[in-house]
Amino acid sequence: MNNLFTNTGSSSFTEFLGMHASDLLPFRTERLAVPVSDQIPHATTIIAVTCAGGVVMAGDRRATSGNMILQRDIEKVFRTDDYSCLGIAGTASTGIEMARLYQVELEHYEKMEGRSLSTDGKANRLATMIKGNLPMAMQGLAVVPIFAAYDPNLDGGRIFGYDVGGGPYEQQQYHAIGSGSIFAKGSLKKLYRENASPEDAVLTCVQALYDAADDDSATGGPDVTRKIWPVAAVITAEGYRRLGDDEVAGYVHAMLEARMVNPDGPTAPLR
Amino acid sequence: MRDRAEYARKGIARGRSVVVMQYADGILFVAPNPSKALHKISEIYDRIGFAAVGRYNEFESLRLAGIRYADINGYTYNRNDVTGRGLANLYAQQLGMIFTDSIKSLEVEIVVAEVGDATEEDQIYRLTFDGSVFDEQGMAVIGGQSDAVAGRLKERYRPGLSLAEALDAALAALTEPGGERSPIGQLEVAVLDRTREQRKFQRLAGPRLERLLAAGPPEAPEAPPAPAEPTLPEKGAPEVDTGPPTAPDGDIDTGSDS
Repeated sequence: MNNLFTNTGSSSFTEFLGMHASDLLPFRTERLAVPVSDQIPHATTIIAVTCAGGVVMAGDRRATSGNMILQRDIEKVFRTDDYSCLGIAGTASTGIEMARLYQVELEHYEKMEGRSLSTDGKANRLATMIKGNLPMAMQGLAVVPIFAAYDPNLDGGRIFGYDVGGGPYEQQQYHAIGSGSIFAKGSLKKLYRENASPEDAVLTCVQALYDAADDDSATGGPDVTRKIWPVAAVITAEGYRRLGDDEVAGYVHAMLEARMVNPDGPTAPLR
Repeated sequence: MRDRAEYARKGIARGRSVVVMQYADGILFVAPNPSKALHKISEIYDRIGFAAVGRYNEFESLRLAGIRYADINGYTYNRNDVTGRGLANLYAQQLGMIFTDSIKSLEVEIVVAEVGDATEEDQIYRLTFDGSVFDEQGMAVIGGQSDAVAGRLKERYRPGLSLAEALDAALAALTEPGGERSPIGQLEVAVLDRTREQRKFQRLAGPRLERLLAAGPPEAPEAPPAPAEPTLPEKGAPEVDTGPPTAPDGDIDTGSDS
């Protein structure tokens, strides 16, 4: 523990971890003898939508490995600090580890410097971490996150997308990642409303996730019998708030009721 | 060795005291501190807070090391596996090693406090420059005229004080008899509040601190106007003759004077 006192490097926890205990970093450089990507659980669809005064992120609960459903209630949306959150798609284990490291990274900086990183700083830091995983991504263990934050300077929500090489790509209005993202984006394109209330934005997300689960086998729909609902989180000036199960259940039931009559969900006006 | 201890003791006594004490919902930290940037009180981890007096550069490096220790252990194992006791031991080793091995001892005195789920589980450790650890009960005073402040605090302290009462007691203890209390702009106040989610540490400043000060015990009627008056001229003419805040105590200890 001696270099705790002599280390006068940057305020980055990842950097310190790399020097102090590099085996704890989620990044690996060794080559895999056999491709294992279809044997390791994968996390699937996460979406983020801006709303009045903030942003909403929601994700389904399914983890798959090939054609197997490995977990029905996995959590893929993580609170990273008071004003930001992270959703992961791709290799679940690496993604969860990366989210955990990223949480500590932001908190570490905040405590060391006595201030939070700027929203752009947070987005850039995440890009560097994704880039570190590139060697593994090339071997099939890719992690692609989505990052959403409330930016106090703009008094609004911001969304950042990434690819396996890093990023960030700032997205306007909405963004989706994971295997069901194509369908979710198609749905969001028609259902997104500028300046919608956070409540309406959550409903939009629940609709889009249902549309993704409808057409993508790796995305899980709401599990009514087991009462497993999508994860939904709202970030506004008041901070990060993960909606309770009962609250999300309310949105899901409202959606399901309407879909009993119109299975394809709400339609956008043609003109 | 004795010279070294005497030297450190003088350095620590030069500044102003910091009070750390239990109240009903957690642990309160109060430090008279004219600087807004150079903190004497800090968050280390979810349940752990840090307070220090003495030379700023020395306790700042201890603080940073403590954050590294806590974050790396929480990341390696689990957030619940980071304890105040572990941190206090780490600091004790480092302080003791420097005291015996280095030419100059660190001129610091620190408190590591950990808030538990109940009052009985709260822990307050006081560490001195030579690496001694004291497991304090209910309250600790470090720096400045700490014995006098501790004496005044003991008269007012009792278990289960509300936050406003505890703050009033701390400020009364920090004020010399007949002296004036530090204005609100020159107070650094923070709590480890057990009712908060995950990260228990919170700084108290601005309107919330004003309300707390106003809500102090009724037997101190001079308390409410005291913080209100000095804040107004301070806004108009900030830091007229105090000079730039180079260290939390104002005075810089160059280490050259006896």
